[in-house]
Amino acid sequence: MTANGWLQITFFLVLIFAVTKPMGVFMAHVFSRERTFMDPVLRPMERLLYHITGVDENHEMRWTEYAVSMLLFSVVSMLLLYLIERLQGFLPFNPQQLGAVSPPHLAFNTAASFTTNTNWQNYSGEATMSYFTQMAGLAYHNFVSAAVGIALAIAFIRGIARRQMETIGNFWVDLVRSCLWVLLPFCIVGALLLVSQGVVQNLRPYDKAALVEPFQVQKVGPDGKPMVGPDGKPVMDTVAEQTIAQGPVASQEIIKEFGTNGGGFFNANSAHPFENPTPFSNLIELFSIFTIGAGLTYTLGRMTGSERHGWAVWAAMAILFLAGVTAAYWAEAHGNPLLPGVDQRAGALQPGGNMEGKEVRLGIANSSLFATVTTDASCGAINGWHDSYTPLGGMVPLVNIMLSEVIFGGVGAGMYGILIYVVLAVFIAGLMVGRTPEYLGKKIEAYDVKMAMLVALVFPLVILIFTGISVVKGFGTSSISNPGPHGLTQILYAFTSQAGNNGSAFGGLTGNTPWYNTSGGITMLVGRFFMIIPMLGIAGNLARKKYVPPSLGTFPVTTPLFTVLLMGVILIVGALTFFPALSLGPILEHLLMSAGKVF
Amino acid sequence: MTAKTKKKAVWDWGIVRRAIWGAFVKLNPRKMMGNPVMFVVEIGSVITTALLLRDVIQGHPGLRFNLQITLWLWFTVVFANFAEAMAEGRGKAQADTLRKAKTETLANLIVEDQAPGIEGVKTAETPASKLRKGDMVLVRAGEFIPGDGEVTEGVASVDESAITGESAPVIRESGGDRSAVTGGTRVISDWIKICISSNPGETFLDRMIALVEGAERQKTPNEIALNILLAGLTIIFLLAVVTLQPFAIYSGSPQTVFVLVSLLVCLIPTTIGGLLSAIGIAGMDRVIQHNVLAMSGRAVEAAGDVNTLLLDKTGTITLGNRQAVEFIPLPGIEENEIADAAQLSSLSDETPEGRSIVVLAKTKYGLRGRELAAHEAHFIPFSAHTRMSGVDLNGRSIRKGAADAIVEYIISQEGTVPKELKASVERISSTGGTPLVVADRNRALGVIHLKDIVKGGMRERFDHLRQMGIRTVMITGDNPLTAAAIAREAGVDDFLAEAKPQDKMDLIRREQAQGKLVAMTGDGTNDAPALAQADVGVAMNTGTMPAKEAGNMVDLDSNPTKLIEIVEIGKQLLMTRGALTTFSIANDVAKYFAIIPAMFAGTFPVLNALNIMRLRTPESAVLSAVIFNALIIVALIPLALRGVKYRPLGAAALLRRNLWVYGVGGIIIPFIGIKLIDMLITRIGLA
Repeated sequence: MTANGWLQITFFLVLIFAVTKPMGVFMAHVFSRERTFMDPVLRPMERLLYHITGVDENHEMRWTEYAVSMLLFSVVSMLLLYLIERLQGFLPFNPQQLGAVSPPHLAFNTAASFTTNTNWQNYSGEATMSYFTQMAGLAYHNFVSAAVGIALAIAFIRGIARRQMETIGNFWVDLVRSCLWVLLPFCIVGALLLVSQGVVQNLRPYDKAALVEPFQVQKVGPDGKPMVGPDGKPVMDTVAEQTIAQGPVASQEIIKEFGTNGGGFFNANSAHPFENPTPFSNLIELFSIFTIGAGLTYTLGRMTGSERHGWAVWAAMAILFLAGVTAAYWAEAHGNPLLPGVDQRAGALQPGGNMEGKEVRLGIANSSLFATVTTDASCGAINGWHDSYTPLGGMVPLVNIMLSEVIFGGVGAGMYGILIYVVLAVFIAGLMVGRTPEYLGKKIEAYDVKMAMLVALVFPLVILIFTGISVVKGFGTSSISNPGPHGLTQILYAFTSQAGNNGSAFGGLTGNTPWYNTSGGITMLVGRFFMIIPMLGIAGNLARKKYVPPSLGTFPVTTPLFTVLLMGVILIVGALTFFPALSLGPILEHLLMSAGKVF
Repeated sequence: MTAKTKKKAVWDWGIVRRAIWGAFVKLNPRKMMGNPVMFVVEIGSVITTALLLRDVIQGHPGLRFNLQITLWLWFTVVFANFAEAMAEGRGKAQADTLRKAKTETLANLIVEDQAPGIEGVKTAETPASKLRKGDMVLVRAGEFIPGDGEVTEGVASVDESAITGESAPVIRESGGDRSAVTGGTRVISDWIKICISSNPGETFLDRMIALVEGAERQKTPNEIALNILLAGLTIIFLLAVVTLQPFAIYSGSPQTVFVLVSLLVCLIPTTIGGLLSAIGIAGMDRVIQHNVLAMSGRAVEAAGDVNTLLLDKTGTITLGNRQAVEFIPLPGIEENEIADAAQLSSLSDETPEGRSIVVLAKTKYGLRGRELAAHEAHFIPFSAHTRMSGVDLNGRSIRKGAADAIVEYIISQEGTVPKELKASVERISSTGGTPLVVADRNRALGVIHLKDIVKGGMRERFDHLRQMGIRTVMITGDNPLTAAAIAREAGVDDFLAEAKPQDKMDLIRREQAQGKLVAMTGDGTNDAPALAQADVGVAMNTGTMPAKEAGNMVDLDSNPTKLIEIVEIGKQLLMTRGALTTFSIANDVAKYFAIIPAMFAGTFPVLNALNIMRLRTPESAVLSAVIFNALIIVALIPLALRGVKYRPLGAAALLRRNLWVYGVGGIIIPFIGIKLIDMLITRIGLA
């Protein structure tokens, strides 16, 4: 670890701290439908949208109507994406003349993936998706799935803030305002900044470049395996030309991070020089990932009238973030203990540590930081190969997702995710102060606990069951690239990432199979919607409740003690659920590596 | 059931013996189903037992370990049942005492009643169990009151010790707030006619027996919520353990069902799951030990949530009896004369007021108490009818009492009442004092000023309540000036002066509209609506039937201060549940570190790095964790029954403290406990 590395990490956290309040206040204004400086431009557009779609912007919804609207919207959007994928051969903006996304289970997996803000990719963007699919299909979902997340978080916050009311807002209005006020303006500015760093933005066919030094590779047969000639020798192919993929990247790149989507335009995601060419573009992307999540903590405080509570939640997130990045950075900078003769120290001429699967232009600190940030939030963009991280370094992203991505978290999803933890923390510890637990004046009762437990059940249910099936069945284990605990981690990571709607791949697992496409698609849908519905149930129930004014006897949710308690509950609930699986995956791999055995 | 000071020992042998039997009876799966956590343990035990039998028949190796695991799993269930049976047993013991009061009595059913008094009454002997609502009965001195009812005629002193444990008899009379009588109590003097107000099986005594036995126990709201949380955690751990097997198979070290069930039982929150109902029953039991009958556990729980306490001034904040502070003579009367008369009239008056008059005369006027037997003095004791007391001595007839009673007396003695008397009386009343007028036959002498005395220690209690976030409001009929003075002296947060029943009601509604929970005490019929409206309404046992019906608790000692204790019990109940839940979940950390390395270190010796307790063998590790998990239930039974120690602190301080003790302690203690058990069982060769 270097001072420079820590300086960059600290600088990043300071930036996030600085943006929290302005972003939070802005979002509070937007969703309370108060005037903002953008109204002169955006308000007419908003009105026009409502006029066209027939939405009554003053209509208030109960949680059930809110949930049904959200589900209908998601189902229609998902079908639309599926159709675009399957029909892209007939649609415009397809200079490479790519055919339908196939097989159908891949198209299903991708449709589920982008609808749920997961952006798990069992395909390679530049080889599969036309520009039209990228823009109208994927980028569209990048915007609206993020907007849905923000809308839901706001609905939950309203549920806490409102008193004896049946309604929690209007889904369509929240959706539109998320897109117009929050996502679009930031993305326009951000995309231009990225273009300034060299991120491409065009609709041209792919470029061809003649290689200065042609080279030979083994040919791959139609069965996907390397070809061997009748004489037993490998069949070789000479490569003399490189295809350089192009496309409308910058516009999609910025929402990929700002909406914590994570689906790369290219297969290499943010490690690709056209997606993330410089350390500054790397910073812009990192900053974009946390901005909304951090801002929502302040929005929570502002809209519920307890800004200090918002900061207490922020602090819990920040501390867990620092713990994660420290562990990852330490593990990666430490390098590989099995290379005793190799100088792995950082110096003026080399980054040192474990550089396998990392970009030299980004280095250890920025790669570890990116891996932590992208999994703290449910982003899933990557600028390095998590599969190549050391066992403990790779465990950090995995654990981050297992904790439900509540460390700043996915846009909106992180907020309502941590609020579920808050409800549980307040309930368990709240009893210890000798009162019916209260959260910001709302009593936490049986219904709320029931719904919170339903949310808490989703993760172990899909992750553990699907991983359990995959590790003992041939259709599951045939996809892993390394045996032993590393292979277990690959599968565990895949389902964890999809259940958490993260979308980052550990790498090494061949995901484009009927089993993984189908089970993954189901995992993503369950991981998103089975959490949202009980969550909205709590919001609706809280909105209905009377407000109990705080007194000295009220459970404190604004103190450092609360921050510690919240972190404790997040860690204990997450750890208790996944400790056995982790101990047979990365922990075992680490111990075996220390003993000299690798996979 | 005697006074509130009575504390039962936790381990009473009689109760323990019954509880051991009860623990096995409760193994009935239909009874276990109400407790999802322990039900899962029972299913696990059944599975391991079946497998053990199979192993015995097929002669599998490893029987010794598997047998021990199976036994300890059963012990876990039995220990949890034992905890519940212990809590119930304490209630049952109380119910038995009460049943003794419910001996079959013969009632004098009134069949004909021609005139007031007992002369024109014809009665028929009827068993008490045959009495119906609306029947009229006559009860004479020495007889038991056959059922709950209202006194319709007569005055009598009644021994209610069977119900209240208080041996001093109380006055019951028709009309007013002292007309309610309870079946099973005994008339000591005089006679009363009673209109029976409840059918057999529905009497107060019946309800009380049902309550203490826990027969009517329903889960309280917080208990239901907690049960859901525990059931949810159980399902999560079930998933974690069931899916561990495929992971283990993948890793090349499949596990036996014995070990998997052990891990599951250790992880699911058996500690709180096993003690949860015991905590609830014991909470109710504590309320009963304070001589308060709560009609539901819900009410006790609500008491913990109370934000505002409405306390009647008299008897709660101030001493029910007032003390003499001044003698005010009428014009033309020497101060010494009234002091002398007041003292004479009070010499045999054993009430606190009377004694305070003697003391005041002695300290302020140097009048010593005199031996009056020589003077052939004839004392007239205070009676509810005359509302005055006094002494006839050497031809003098000194009387003291309420102003209007004395005025009536003077007029009846053909005397006149000077108008200055009225002014003095009103002046004292207006400052919150009580005036007692002293007269010598037909001559008014002056007024004794009796003043309210704030009970000792009340200010501290109100401070404690304030720290817990509870606001106290004093309710008084006094004028605002007096009320303010007493409120200031007592340290209450607010007061409601010149309170009429409707004002009380309005205040409760106002507080509730702000989302607050209100507790109050009351005894009169006109308190009934407010008692019903309040979230916690404690009716005094001396109060009327409507008041008792309206409230959700009855204080058998009729001590309004007890409301504070009830609030504390409510809080303690919730704290105990929260503390043991936290403890139970925190325990899992150590259990993982015991069992996971034990499961896989055979295949991957490197995993012994996780065996931070350095447990001897995989078998001893699993067994130690299971034994610890079972024994901790027994170890915590006293805590569950007694409740965690209550401290009047603010929520932040309480939370910090309890998190340290039960959270951090819950993480550390099992590490030590499991290690010790491991050392013990390897030493004696069990594993």
